[in-house]
Amino acid sequence: MSHAIVVRGLTKSYRNGKGAAIEAVKGIDLEVAQGEIFALLGPNGAGKTSTIEILEGYRGRDGGSLSVLGEDPAQTHLPAWRNRVGIVLQSTKDGADLSVVEILTHFAQYYSRPRDIDEVIAAVGLEEKRNARGEHLSGGQRRRLDVALGIIGSPELLFLDEPTTGFDPEARRSFWELIRSLRESGTTILMSTHYLEEAEALADRVAIMNHGLIADCATPEKLGGRDREKVNVRWHESGAIHQELTDTPTEFLRNLANRIPGEISELTVTRPTLEEIYLQMIGGNE
Amino acid sequence: MNKQPGTLAIGIARGILEIKQFMRQRESVVFTLLFPILLLLIFGAVFKDEIAPGVTFSQYFVAGMIASGLVNTGFQQLAITIPMERDDGTLKRLRGTPAPTASYFIGKIILVFVSMLIQVGLLLAFGVALYGISLPSTPEKWLTFIWVMLLGITSSTILGIAFSVVPKSGRGASAVVSPIVIILQFFSGVFFVFTQLPAWMQNFAAVFPLKWLTQGMRSVFLPDSFAAQEVAQSWEHGRTALILSAWLVAGFLIALKTFRWEKS
Repeated sequence: MSHAIVVRGLTKSYRNGKGAAIEAVKGIDLEVAQGEIFALLGPNGAGKTSTIEILEGYRGRDGGSLSVLGEDPAQTHLPAWRNRVGIVLQSTKDGADLSVVEILTHFAQYYSRPRDIDEVIAAVGLEEKRNARGEHLSGGQRRRLDVALGIIGSPELLFLDEPTTGFDPEARRSFWELIRSLRESGTTILMSTHYLEEAEALADRVAIMNHGLIADCATPEKLGGRDREKVNVRWHESGAIHQELTDTPTEFLRNLANRIPGEISELTVTRPTLEEIYLQMIGGNE
Repeated sequence: MNKQPGTLAIGIARGILEIKQFMRQRESVVFTLLFPILLLLIFGAVFKDEIAPGVTFSQYFVAGMIASGLVNTGFQQLAITIPMERDDGTLKRLRGTPAPTASYFIGKIILVFVSMLIQVGLLLAFGVALYGISLPSTPEKWLTFIWVMLLGITSSTILGIAFSVVPKSGRGASAVVSPIVIILQFFSGVFFVFTQLPAWMQNFAAVFPLKWLTQGMRSVFLPDSFAAQEVAQSWEHGRTALILSAWLVAGFLIALKTFRWEKS
């Protein structure tokens, strides 16, 4: 089997307080290859969390078909299936009265092939906090503990829901290293995030959800036709900044270099950032 | 691949974890274990009269407090802590692991049982040492003590699980649950002699389990002659068992249908 996740025509509606149906997921298709890091992006209310929670087996669906690790979470024997899946939820604060090592030792008992506790503590960088209680961990340390709990059962597939919200830049970088090392060990990862640079740094492929639909799904380099967008060339010449949007940046630069002797002052060549593409794609949503 | 751990094994591991957490929470230790002892000391110091030949109010009160202990450690404890665990993500996290849902409840039952044994043990020890309560003197009384305690704690546990959907949030749970328990204690013959209460209060209390638990415990700890002082001039063991069982079954069915793992 080459796909960890296959989704076809997934739909889900909720009733709001007044009893009216709200379509949160309006028929999406999705494939996540084994060993891939796949990022789901989108504004709040786009249907990301609904989609992920259906894939995690927390919620039922209204329509469409689903295969997660070869099984349908709504049909399968959940304990056996969950033995192969790791879930990192948003903002938890349980286990306040237990230490890191106590929590992990306890949860390891749920799985048929748990990872070594000390190895997991080292992998998430909580060695110095192993005896600290949950209530005494910082936000970043707490998140690391959540990830440690997500991987304690050696999952084949790991769900990460906004894993680095509230991290400082340094903590975020070292967290990315942790996620990359999980990929190297062969874990498939489906993550949601609000940080575009995070998706770009980690994900093999990115899907953007908006209004319950997948707006686009591609590698970070190609998302939204980013690779075909005009390239912005900026330079400084005779006392002023010049800018040119071009489809043929190489040719443009060659001409520029021929015209200007020596170094071209303040030269930059940029493609639109993932964030710019993203904002274009969800434009008008906010 | 290794075999996946069984429901009972995980349940026992959860029970041990629950007890560890319980002992580390100062509020739970103070409120669940020490507060009843404090009440016992206060009431024992204030009301020293005999309410029947050879029976002091303190003894009547100890029996009622032991019955209350079953409500405190089962119903009250679970109806407050389960909403808190729903809020802090404990329940959602558990649902995302291979642990069967039954394991969670096995852990809770172990916690309730252990905290009940501690509370009842403490109340008995103080009752014997300070208020002349005597331990059950005949095998029949021991038997009554055990079945009232087991049926009481089981229905109390189930009703606590069923009631856990009522509090909207973990923080507000205590404010919803505690008054119910306190009012039932007033109406059910814990703080006052039941037969001296107005008839409407007695009738109201007779619908709920606590009245029957206090009466059952009095049948264990007070002399048999006191049965004549009860409302029905008897201990009414059969009716006690029936009403507690009815609550147990109803609570179980309600819990099965309404239990929530996530905040709505």
